[in-house]
Amino acid sequence: MINLNLIIPEIFACLTIMFLLLLGVFKKNSSNLVYNLTILSLFILLTLVLNLSNVQEEYVFAQSYRVDNLSTFMKILTIVSAIFVMLTSSKYVKISKILQIEYPILILSSILGMMVMIGSNDLIVFYMGLELQSLALYVLASFNRDNLLSSESGLKYFVLSALSSGLLLYGCSLIYGFSNSTNFNEISLSISDFQYGLTFGIVFILVGLAFKISAVPFHMWAPDVYQGSPTSVTIIFAILPKIAALTIFIRFLYVPFINIIDQWQMIIIFLSIASMLFGAVAAIGQKNLKRLIAYSSISHMGYALAGLTTGTNDGIQSSILYMTIYLFMNLAFFSCLFMIRKNNKYLENINDLSGLSKHHPILSFSMLIILFSLAGIPPLAGFFAKFYVFMAVLERSMYFLAIIGLMSAVVGSFYYLRIIKVIYFDSEKEKYDTDHHLGLKITLLISTIFILMYFIYPNSLINLVSKINII
Amino acid sequence: MFDVELGHYLTLGAIIFTIGVVGVFLNRKNIIVILMSIELILLAVNINLVSFSIYTENLIGQIFTMFILTVAAAEAAIGLAIIVVYYRNSGTIRVEEIDKLKG
Repeated sequence: MINLNLIIPEIFACLTIMFLLLLGVFKKNSSNLVYNLTILSLFILLTLVLNLSNVQEEYVFAQSYRVDNLSTFMKILTIVSAIFVMLTSSKYVKISKILQIEYPILILSSILGMMVMIGSNDLIVFYMGLELQSLALYVLASFNRDNLLSSESGLKYFVLSALSSGLLLYGCSLIYGFSNSTNFNEISLSISDFQYGLTFGIVFILVGLAFKISAVPFHMWAPDVYQGSPTSVTIIFAILPKIAALTIFIRFLYVPFINIIDQWQMIIIFLSIASMLFGAVAAIGQKNLKRLIAYSSISHMGYALAGLTTGTNDGIQSSILYMTIYLFMNLAFFSCLFMIRKNNKYLENINDLSGLSKHHPILSFSMLIILFSLAGIPPLAGFFAKFYVFMAVLERSMYFLAIIGLMSAVVGSFYYLRIIKVIYFDSEKEKYDTDHHLGLKITLLISTIFILMYFIYPNSLINLVSKINII
Repeated sequence: MFDVELGHYLTLGAIIFTIGVVGVFLNRKNIIVILMSIELILLAVNINLVSFSIYTENLIGQIFTMFILTVAAAEAAIGLAIIVVYYRNSGTIRVEEIDKLKG
């Protein structure tokens, strides 16, 4: 008997998408209503997932779908950040005229894809979730369809992401052929000795996944796509697919292939080092804030991957903590971006921030906190995120990785500090609009307080994450 | 006559896969060619899966192939739609002219 209780959140999301589509078609001018109903259904989804939080380890559909602490925690992260994303961008989508009924529905279907990805314990389920997520994101990237930059970014994302899906699938076919199963548990049982085919399969799948989290050397789409797509979609790109892809990294490497860790460890170390260094160096010359955040997210993904190189539970937990803190920092940063608006036009160059502190002291102060935290300066949350990762790495005596990481953190802090210099010490410009709506203020407030106050009581988050034991 | 073994099918799959990947990167003319190359990659994967499925007498590979065919159709539809949107904005789909975003 299949216990459908375990996949109630997914079923609910699926039904909601269909219902909202019908509502949008039959009721005229209902885009606002659909947007608000999507936020409401995300809250319901959150309670449904929280309801499953005491499930230790259960399987559905012949072991192809798994509900455990890791999947529940990551689903909660995904849904919470989706709620914040929807709250922050509700005014942006109206002003930039991209609020149509499809917009919130596409976000919801990409969330459904991510939830399926996070829970998957089988290559087929994993692939279907990945594609549902990507197909929705292709459309979202080019959603501002009268804008040349937006459609170009959608086109670039489509080509490169479809290519990476193809590589990933080729890896899936090789793994299926050499282990005779697509189920992660059965693959782990059938791996007895070293086989070239399996190694090739792992490499192909890692390449595909590295595309999705934009790790160097598969990062080339990220800056263009981040810059071209509407800011409300950029924030989705910066947060949501990375949570899902990182979960798949953990699930895929640590369930079937933990016994051949020496085969994939060097690949992850390389991805991690390259991303950290490249993200730190390439962001220095950038003038566009969205482009800059793309490079910054590349280097942050390097740190998150560094935790996964260890092959220990500590490493996994440090990566997940890194992801959680990264999510709040990005939410806060993008909330600030949504506030820099003049005559219904959103500005996104670093120069537009010059002298911001004169007219907007509170916004500038939150910017200061966020940027210090992104740079990893104690006692803010970003410092602790890096601290956990490096502790886990040092415990396995991987000194080289830790030293490179620290060095690139120092280099990377340059461009964050440059923005602070522009905000506080450059000549002032005219005042920006201040009629911010409630959702934006709440998001900025919550995430800034989280970043600022994290060091006072870090145990609550650590206790939650320490329940996640994969090995 | 020699028998067609699993290795031959895998070689065919690998060759088609390589043609697809090379086609995505070397193509400088038309974005539609990239779309065709991506289809080639997915078809190569299907050849792999079906031949593995037959030679190991395990049905999962053929089920996987059905899913991939469906997803490939959806992907092609969305890709063509995005190309149409891009063409209406820029008036061209030549790959070398898609360079407005850079820095």
